[in-house]
Order: sequence, then structure tokens, then C-alpha cells
Amino acid sequence: MSRESAPDVVIEPLGDSALLLRFGAGLDAVANARVHAALHTLHAAGLPGVVDLVPAYATLALHYRPEVWTDANGRVPWRNVAAAVRVIFRTPPEPAPRDDAIIEVPVCYGGAFGADLDALAAHAKLDIADVVARHTAATYRVAMIGFAPGFPYLFGLDPALHMPRRASPRTRVPAGSVAIGGAQTGIYPAELPGGWHLIGQTPLVLFDANGDPPSRLAPGDRVRFVAIDAQRFDELSHA
Amino acid sequence: MNVEVVKPGLLSTLQDRGRHGAAMLGVGTAGAMDDVALRLANALAGNGADAAALEITLIGPRLRFDAATTIALAGAGFHAQIGGDPVPMWQAVAVERGAVLDIGTARHGARAYLAIAGGFLVDATLGSASTDVNARLGGHVLKAGDRLTAGAPTVRKDASPRWSLDPRPWFDADAAHSIRLIRGTHFDALDAASRRALFEREFLIGNESNRVGFRLEGPALALGTPIEMVSEPLATGTLQLPPDGQPIALMVEHPTVGGYPRIGQVAAVDLPRLAQRRPGESVRFEEIDLAAAQTRYLERERALDELIDAIRERLSA
Repeated sequence: MSRESAPDVVIEPLGDSALLLRFGAGLDAVANARVHAALHTLHAAGLPGVVDLVPAYATLALHYRPEVWTDANGRVPWRNVAAAVRVIFRTPPEPAPRDDAIIEVPVCYGGAFGADLDALAAHAKLDIADVVARHTAATYRVAMIGFAPGFPYLFGLDPALHMPRRASPRTRVPAGSVAIGGAQTGIYPAELPGGWHLIGQTPLVLFDANGDPPSRLAPGDRVRFVAIDAQRFDELSHA
Repeated sequence: MNVEVVKPGLLSTLQDRGRHGAAMLGVGTAGAMDDVALRLANALAGNGADAAALEITLIGPRLRFDAATTIALAGAGFHAQIGGDPVPMWQAVAVERGAVLDIGTARHGARAYLAIAGGFLVDATLGSASTDVNARLGGHVLKAGDRLTAGAPTVRKDASPRWSLDPRPWFDADAAHSIRLIRGTHFDALDAASRRALFEREFLIGNESNRVGFRLEGPALALGTPIEMVSEPLATGTLQLPPDGQPIALMVEHPTVGGYPRIGQVAAVDLPRLAQRRPGESVRFEEIDLAAAQTRYLERERALDELIDAIRERLSA
């Protein structure tokens, strides 16, 4: 496997129409912040023929059209794209200038809104109120969006609330479900199959393809959950 | 003008060349599974490459045209007819007002594209007319009674030219032909037997295969050493290896990220050929290196551009 390095980033092919840029490994907030900084830098650079930039936890994909990256000396496109990326990263990417406002996500916890809250509390050996208090106390970072349009994977879950995924996934998880899978928490933006533990539900619409922006949350955003009751859930659902 | 869906067929959806720019929000590309057949159908109908066309799968629809226009069918071999007269594929065909086009069952291959002069008009979702069936974005799977709107028909004097394309270089659904595969990021992590099996053994396309991915049934592949990995970006054509050892070839509606090892990558030049295989048919992979895969792809694109230019010239002559 051919790899090319620039300072602090490993550039490797992801097939013949994409590159994978590696900034670290694992579920690591530092590597993830570097992914978001690189995303911002690459956006600003506006390389030709780049059709999608996809940030993940510690890696970022750059999908490109090979036909835009041919050159006269016959070098294959991926080496040309990799060279252009290396030039961009000669200057280490600055963190994205962002509104560090915290986006509040209202959640009605437990009962019919979060069928697995009791199981999670039992697993954590905490009472329900303590689980909710811990889940709402943290400030989270959107590490990436994936799995389905608008599904945010959030970093920052209290270790006491970590719980391995369900052995058998549900075929249908209700839209808006706030859930815990392993060391992460996330929100199902639509009715989807899923193996995470459902602890609550938000009335917010997280993804609307015709909205501007289409996704309520973007990679790198900060998020906090706010507990609401069923009545408030209804009010916000019809707002 | 309108096209009425009398019978929808098995899985008929409007597609263009795909949805780009929102993958960072988890939005997949979707688009035509066989992008070459899509472009040729559009060219034959006198359209630009970005026009939306109807992707037809295995069993075709029955459609009624409320005005005269020009259509073109390209891709898998379907028996199509209008009032008992066969409708040839790979060429422009004039249809009259009120004509009912019956697209039967595919004889070989899985997917064909019906392009119409002026293109099907669709409100774009995130910049594309493509239907993402799995993510429920864009349009929906056609059903009886749907009405599709098409652009202004361009009925030329010689609306049904006598010439047609030779599909051979552009269409290949022969399961005896191998599909070229680049080693994936985690190919070296496979055990020795699995590394050999991937390029030597035959895999069957499972019944659960769809526009998201093709499930490949064959010898169980295994890692020599376990890999600790978290979700990383994916591409169309990525061969993922879930714990059951049966690889999945990701197709156009694949999720943007995933956490299974990536053992291979179908060369972009062969994605249209893989897209034409049916559940129950076999696949054999042949190794190609990245540089060769890109070279073959660039050659294909150049030849296709030349052909599309030639089609335009002949249509406007």
C-alpha cells in the first residue's frame, strides 16, 4: 500500500477516486479536532474536482474526479491530488473559526421516549435521575455525522454511562431518539434501524433535506442536552 | 409534457449522476448504478450528461406519453415495445402522443436507463434529482399512477435515426468476466488463505443485495490479526469485511462512514459492470494496481467523451 506523508498527516488512497487523510487513531478528541481543522482548510482551498470532503473520527476522505487531475508528465491522478494536499498542509491547518455557541437539544428522558433508560441505569448502577443529570451535565462535540443523513456522533459522554451496544439491533428506532452506543451518544434523525440504547427523545427535527442548512448539527459543533417533560415535548413537536 | 406510470416495474427510480457536497452531513451519493449507460441514454436522447433519467431494474414499467417526443434506452437488455412494435435499445426512438411503452423483463444485465428529450424534470434535493431509496431522499420508487414531467420535447424530422450504438465496449453483464479490484487499506491484515481466496475464488451475489451494497457469498474471509478500528469514510466500490467473513461491495447508496475493515476497492472503471450483475450471479475478482486502475478509467472517460461528442454531431446533422 502506497502512502505519502505530510507533516502530521498520513495520506493514503481510498480506492481510485478518493484519498484518506489520517490525523490520528481511535476515538480521540485531539485527532478529531485536527480532522475538523483540515476540513475547514480544504474547504477554503477549493481544490478543483473535489466532490466531497467527509470527516470521520480521526480520518477525512477527499473524494475527487480523477479526470480533473491528469497532467502532462503522465503522473497518475492520485499522486497529483496527494501532492496538492501536501502543499496545503505545509502550513498546519488552523482550527476552524467557529461560533463556539452551545446548541441546546431538548430531550424527554425515559418512559415511552427512551425505552432503554432503565436498563442503562441498571447497567451503570445509578438511579434514573442520576443518569439524566450526568447526560445533561456534559458538553458534547459533534465528532462526525454519518450512518444516515444528519446522525451526529457525539464525543464527551460521561464514562459512567458507557454501555456496549445491544446484542440484537432494533429494526425501527423512532425519529429523534437520543441513544448511547459504547462510549458515544447520538441522535437518530429519522426512523432507522439501530443497536444503541434509547434513553430519550428530542422533538427537534435534526435533518431536513430542503432546509438551509439541511442538518441542525455540523461536524465540530458543541451540544448540550436539556431535560424536558412530556408536555413540553408535545409543545415543541408542534412548534 | 407528462409521462404517466401505468405499471411501475420492480424498482424504477429517477437518477442523475449523483448527489455531492453533503456527504459530510451523512448524505450519500445515490445516482445511477451504471453511470455509463445513463450518460449514453441521455446523449442519444439529445440531453446533457446531467439530465435525470429513469433507472429500471430487472422488470420494467409501462409508461404512457401524453405528447410526441424522443426517448432512448441503454443498459441491460430489456424487451421493450410500443403497441407490439419492438423498441430498439441504444438509439434514439420517436414516440407518438398517447404511445404506451412496455418495458418487459431484462434478458441480460440488471439495470437500464430510459432517457427522454429534455430530461425528466425533478425538484433537486441537495443539488441532485437522484432518488436515494434507502435514505428516502429525493424522489420515491415509482408507483402506478405517478406522473413524471419531462422537458420540452425536441422532435426532429428524423426522430428515429437508422443508426444505433454498438453497446459492446460500454455494456458488459457477462458474469464470466472478472471485476478488477484494488487492494484495500486492510488487505494485508487478511490471513494468507483469505488473501488468495479473494482473487482466486468465486463469490455469489446474495439476494439481499441492493443499491446500498452487494453481499458476496463465498469462502469465509478472515483477518490474520484483529484490527482495532473506528468508523472511517467509505467509497462506492469499497469491499467491507463484516465479522461473518462475507464481504459487502458498497454501491451508490452506501453509508458515508463505516467501521468494518476495507479489504478491497472495485476499480471505478468496473463499477458499471458490477452494477449489471444480478442476485444469484457470480463475481470473480482480478487484481489491478491503483495506477493501472486510474489509467484504465481515464482511457474509458476519454473514449466516452469522444463518443458522446460524435453522437451530438450526428443528432444535429
